[in-house]
Amino acid sequence: MYISFSDRNGRGTTPDTFTPGGSKSAAKVSSVVVSLGIVSMLTDISSESVSAILPLYITGVIGLSTVAYGFIDGLYQGISAFVRIAGGWAADRGDQPKWIAFFGYGVSAIARIGLLFASGFGALVSVLAIDRLGKGVRTAPRDALITASSSPENLGRSFGVHRMLDTVGAAVGPLLAFVILFFIPDGYSTIFVVSLACAILGLAILGILVPNTRPRAERAARAAERRPAVRFRWRQLADPRLRRLLLGAGLLGILTIGDGFIYLVLQNRGAFAAAWFPLLYVGTNVAFLLLAIPLGRLGDRFGRGRIFIIGHIALLAAYVCAALPVTGAPVTILCLALLGTFYAATDGILAALASECVPVEARASGIAAAQTVVALARLVASTGFGLLWFTLGREEAMITAAVALAAVIPVVAILLRPVATRQPTR
Amino acid sequence: MSSRVRVWLVTAIGVVLLAGAAGYGIGAWADHRDRASAPSEAQSVTSDVHPAGARVVFRNTASGDGYGLVASVPLSDPSAVRTVTGLACDRVYATADVQSCLHTNRGVVTTFNATVLDSSGRETDSWPLAGVPSRTRISTDSRLVAVTSFVTGESYATVGFATMTTVSRTDGSMDYGNLEDFALSVDGVPITAADRNIWGVTFDDDDNTFFATAASANRTWLVRGDLTARTLIAIRDTAECPSLSPDGARIAYKKRVSSGGAPTWSIAVLDLATGTETILPEERNVDDQVEWLDNDTLLYGLARADEAGDSDVWSVSADGSTGPSVFLSHAWSPSIVR
Repeated sequence: MYISFSDRNGRGTTPDTFTPGGSKSAAKVSSVVVSLGIVSMLTDISSESVSAILPLYITGVIGLSTVAYGFIDGLYQGISAFVRIAGGWAADRGDQPKWIAFFGYGVSAIARIGLLFASGFGALVSVLAIDRLGKGVRTAPRDALITASSSPENLGRSFGVHRMLDTVGAAVGPLLAFVILFFIPDGYSTIFVVSLACAILGLAILGILVPNTRPRAERAARAAERRPAVRFRWRQLADPRLRRLLLGAGLLGILTIGDGFIYLVLQNRGAFAAAWFPLLYVGTNVAFLLLAIPLGRLGDRFGRGRIFIIGHIALLAAYVCAALPVTGAPVTILCLALLGTFYAATDGILAALASECVPVEARASGIAAAQTVVALARLVASTGFGLLWFTLGREEAMITAAVALAAVIPVVAILLRPVATRQPTR
Repeated sequence: MSSRVRVWLVTAIGVVLLAGAAGYGIGAWADHRDRASAPSEAQSVTSDVHPAGARVVFRNTASGDGYGLVASVPLSDPSAVRTVTGLACDRVYATADVQSCLHTNRGVVTTFNATVLDSSGRETDSWPLAGVPSRTRISTDSRLVAVTSFVTGESYATVGFATMTTVSRTDGSMDYGNLEDFALSVDGVPITAADRNIWGVTFDDDDNTFFATAASANRTWLVRGDLTARTLIAIRDTAECPSLSPDGARIAYKKRVSSGGAPTWSIAVLDLATGTETILPEERNVDDQVEWLDNDTLLYGLARADEAGDSDVWSVSADGSTGPSVFLSHAWSPSIVR
């Protein structure tokens, strides 16, 4: 199911497509995927520019310490997981993933307008909660659109292109915000206005440029002679391959401790990491965006399940690297590069794997299920690791997590074999 | 709509939005430049050193020239012309001999640091902070300095609220490290939970004892700390950012009075001998580590609701007999140099 604008307009012989790295031999990526990537990039610039300056804004302008913010973060995660499932279900049910995603992006854009008028901590917290709701709703339908706009041969690459653009936004957002604050020290309202402009532009691109792909209807049209259109049913999520994927991703997820803990271990030991602590996540993002496309392509070639496992081996290496009694800039940079590799090899790949494990009618729900399992498992991981952190000590807790991950990776590799071995024909 | 029309439409929307945002930004920048180069809202003179004698040292938040810089006024006449130095701090504390300054280094890469300076403003020590500055205090004899910062960055969202508080000697001879590594106990039971946080130190006069806030699982305690024994022992529930009175008999702190979402705090004063707690008649939400003007009066900062980035220092009597009044306008982070 390969769609680009030029195809739809009958100029199919010269597809208007995007070829990262200029390679001519590999399967190309649909312009729909690139458009969705740009939408995500703008939305990430919009949200990350605000979250980066939030601590400064709360302390500097509202005049509060940031105490209460952390308390509600867990609540947000729960809401986000619930609406993610709802978003995936709604997209499958109505066969309108584009408009469900549009709704999600729209809710976040409205939250940005609220930000301009929010005064006080309570209003700020409500606005951020609405923003997270929108994020939860849109993710799975958008990933279903990416799948619908790709072929099995270039699915990994498509997700790679999307996540690369997405992460560019996550890296640019904070830098843009800090540049604005550099020129205008009290320029928070300027940041909010820029954030709103980016959110609306992203929404406009999604609404106007991205075609309303209807995966079920299109499949039904192609298969009209053979069988009638199938509606979404929960039963379609009972595919044993999906169950294996959910179990495997969940097992790895409960051993995926938050980046924050790794940064704290690094910061505690080296002067370099301590001085750059507030910016370590930018380093991870840079590695993520550089590797998203190459690893997605490797997934297309050698099997996405394998790359998913290799990503977790990189995570294991990051734990070991953080726990090693060696300090200095190279260790910190290596650790961030490994974390970026982990994200590049797992984030988009997970959505691609999930979409392969379910029928077209249940695609967004399948993706949402996988992402929710991982999000909840990681929440458990953060809480559990936090307990280890103080009972055992920083490095010891990190080594314990590394040993557990090393034991689980081979198990999941075997578990995922039926999912992973399906190699696309080229 | 053909795809060409769609692309043009999106381009047009993009140009309008980005031009609008850029226009707003340029307007805000010009506005800021005008305000920054305008004469200060408060009468002030510039000098590298504070005039000698008892004084109030604070962060000047009067808009215009000198905004965000450390300033002082004579203790005897807070409404006098303020002396503004060249030192920029988000949070400052001063004694006669030492100043502690927590600072945000703005830029494309924004970082934070703590600096210790002597009375002439010469830097004697400096180290990076893990996030936005929060509190700093120096012992009365100028030998110990405590610094609290938030732990921010992306990790902020994944780990949750976290602070980091360190204590060190001002002459650089000893670093007591992160107070989170001290042994914390409540009613004799050690607290080893993951979410322990320590913040807001105030020093006693013996160069060993201090008070601070410890928090875990949504509870806070006033703790008595011991630098030699490396212990923190809870002495009272629900108390944050303590401040010991000059005579050492009472501790003022902010006390959380709301439950649920957005926290609100009042100021309370605890008599250490009798254990009596007095809640002061300040209805507004005070989020500051209070400073004792003398044994009878407290000072604290409150942000101005109508003007972003500006604040005033208020005073209230420590026994609750009289209500709050403005002590020093356009000021933040006060410290009394006696």
